[in-house]
Amino acid sequence: MRELTLERRLLGGLRLAAHKQHTTTRPIRRGFVPRELIIPLPDGPTATDTLVAVGEPVLRGQPLAATGEGIAISHASSSGQVVAIEPRPMPGPPGTTAPAVVIHTDGRDQAIPMTPLAGQSLSRDDMLQRLQDAGLVGLGGALFPTAEKLRSRSEQFTLILNGAECEPYISCDDMLMREQARDVLDGAALMCDFSGAGRCIVAIERDKPEAISAIAAALDEHEDDRFELAQVPTVYPAGGERQLIQLLAGIEVPSGRYPTDVNFLCQNVGTAVALAKLYARGEPLTSRIVTVTGKGVRTPQNIEAPIGTPIAELIGAAGGYSGNVARLIMGGSMMGIALDSDARPVTKATNCVVAAAPDEVYTPGTARPCIRCGDCARVCPARLLPQELIRSLTGDDLERVASLGLADCIECGCCDVVCPSHITLTERFRGGKHSLALWTAEQAAAARAEARVARREQRLDLAANREAEERRALLAPMQGGREARQRAVQAVIERARSPSAAPDGDET
Amino acid sequence: MRFATSAAPHVTPITSVPLVMRRVLYALLPAICAYIWYFGWGLVFNLLVTTSVALAAEAAVLRLRGRPVAPTLADGSALVTAVLLALALPPLLPWWVAALGSLVAIVLAKHLYGGLGLNLFNPAMVGYVVLLVSFPLEMTAWLPPRMGDIDYPNLSVLQTAWFTLSGQLPAGFTLDAVTRATPLDMVKEGLSAMETVSEISANPLFGDFAGRGWEWINGFLGLAGLYLLYRGVIQWHIPLSLLTAIIISATLLYFFDPGRFPSPGFHLFGGATMLGAFFIATDPVSAATTDKGRLIYGAGIGLLTILIRTWGGYPDGLAFAVVFMNACVPLIDRYTRPKPFGHE
Repeated sequence: MRELTLERRLLGGLRLAAHKQHTTTRPIRRGFVPRELIIPLPDGPTATDTLVAVGEPVLRGQPLAATGEGIAISHASSSGQVVAIEPRPMPGPPGTTAPAVVIHTDGRDQAIPMTPLAGQSLSRDDMLQRLQDAGLVGLGGALFPTAEKLRSRSEQFTLILNGAECEPYISCDDMLMREQARDVLDGAALMCDFSGAGRCIVAIERDKPEAISAIAAALDEHEDDRFELAQVPTVYPAGGERQLIQLLAGIEVPSGRYPTDVNFLCQNVGTAVALAKLYARGEPLTSRIVTVTGKGVRTPQNIEAPIGTPIAELIGAAGGYSGNVARLIMGGSMMGIALDSDARPVTKATNCVVAAAPDEVYTPGTARPCIRCGDCARVCPARLLPQELIRSLTGDDLERVASLGLADCIECGCCDVVCPSHITLTERFRGGKHSLALWTAEQAAAARAEARVARREQRLDLAANREAEERRALLAPMQGGREARQRAVQAVIERARSPSAAPDGDET
Repeated sequence: MRFATSAAPHVTPITSVPLVMRRVLYALLPAICAYIWYFGWGLVFNLLVTTSVALAAEAAVLRLRGRPVAPTLADGSALVTAVLLALALPPLLPWWVAALGSLVAIVLAKHLYGGLGLNLFNPAMVGYVVLLVSFPLEMTAWLPPRMGDIDYPNLSVLQTAWFTLSGQLPAGFTLDAVTRATPLDMVKEGLSAMETVSEISANPLFGDFAGRGWEWINGFLGLAGLYLLYRGVIQWHIPLSLLTAIIISATLLYFFDPGRFPSPGFHLFGGATMLGAFFIATDPVSAATTDKGRLIYGAGIGLLTILIRTWGGYPDGLAFAVVFMNACVPLIDRYTRPKPFGHE
């Protein structure tokens, strides 16, 4: 096994209390089947065809809906009966809904027959299509389709297998690496084969010694010389895609571009396991590991939850609520979204649910004025100046906001934590990005309108010039003194008299 | 079950403005004690005047501006301004002079610019500069430090209090008899009287290298600065570049002619150097905000301080240097802005 020595430090970032020790003492609970499943179908302009009807029985792995191009996008995550197909509240800001297939499970968890991809001779395109059909997306939270990420191919690629998991409370990747290190590496090897990547760095934060030794042991067994292990410092947000590339390779992914533009592919360890399962057993993505934690839950632990498990049932599987729950957070404590209800389902992006006691969360009070201390800039992993951004946002100077690089903010929340004035910077930046997008669109529209007016004026000028030119040409002979004028008049008279000079000749 | 929501992050901030200000005040305590030990109780009276006027002025302006009074007073920023101003004032000063300085600092330098966070200039230094220009006599009348065996006419606590209230010395005392030049004054006057630095520094008031009492006050302020650095209240950029600029420029001058230019140690531990480096120039509101900008800002203050001390009309130039560099901050910040991630 080769180990990569890091030569760089993370730009900015914070050391935070991890709160992970409560969920890493128990193995992942597997085989949990909730009574009800609320399986979201993608909302929005992409037309979806529902493949099942209310009342129909379904089996685990059965496609529920497909895109217009026939790509399966949602699968039943356990066996049972479809009881409703309707919009349901989804994780996100209050009011978020999406169409969903609601299934009452029968507890038998029967699956459709599955054929492993291994052993089949499939073309590259067919293989990618299978990945799409299996609903494989990035499980780190961005939900980017795995097939899309693996579509471009280059020997120059370096695959970064992201097991950093830097955000407080979340331990699903840690536990997955401890328990399924071989699957992680099998999946990663497949990703390398697909993308042509000649090198794969498995990046794990130093505060996960068990995961590191499990992966190290599996690496020794695997004997694949493409693999390297990198222990990254326990600094939040070292697990951010761009941050990790900067930390491992010293390369900053250009603003507005993708890691593949600088020959890096980032995949989450959970995605690698999902790919390994699809390859070895033909299983589509119907479940994921969710960390269920916080002082407000009786038995904090990691649970393999079928996609669509209502959060209330997930909490029930972890012993139920205990004591006063002040906030229900989907995700970690830095970037997680506070849910207004536990009737929302687990989606493929749900890596963690925190039932937080009052002393575990912060509610912003009245902010004091910014004193420009610059602590925010020191922890900013995007090298921004939040103190300047907030001043320009307050003054509605969107031009300056744009030039200060608000679009590059990754909303990690570090600046909020160190701000002595308790300004809710990240929230303001989120809102600011929205205003900035509108403003940029307006600017572009204004620029187009301006260009159009300029072109029109140019055309009018040209036309006027041409007219003036013609008039001048006509009058030119009149300019040369009395004799010339007389000659010209004479010439006109002659032209008028001679019949052949009549225009177009149709009068003759 | 339903829950209240709130925007991410959900983590409690690790610090607060009142905590920062409190730490600054705690850090000043040893130096305040040393000041009182060497220069008497005048500082206590100055502190009483500047803090009460600053807090009253802050409350009055906030009320006029229709802003919440109590939470802003509680942030401690007016208190810090008042304490820093008092530390810059001579120990024997009529109350109205100190009160005027405090008023100018809070009303003119702070609130007319929009209050905390928006003031372009360091309020305490503006207050000090206005006083220095308006009351040159009162503002340069320093008491001699406690000398041990050498007998100077010393004012008692009550006599100091009486002078603060009335501006009158008790019968039998004259201002000339009671006050002494500061080491920086002595250097300035001595040099203009064609004396050499070594002759000037033979005076017992000169102490071991930077003035009796001053060495200790600056020493404590330097240690307090290290405490603030350790606590993360201030960052290293400004103190380091300021002190480095002083050391380098003073050393060059000293090597050029030790008879005409005092040693770098004298500049480092004399006058307002340490107060300036760790407590005045590091005021985040009026300082540059980028790391590179802070290096330039600090170095500018250090260099200007030495220039003014050496060739200027005033014995100490730190306040003027700070105010001048404050005015350069928007420019510095504009040209030292780091490129965001992925823009190299």
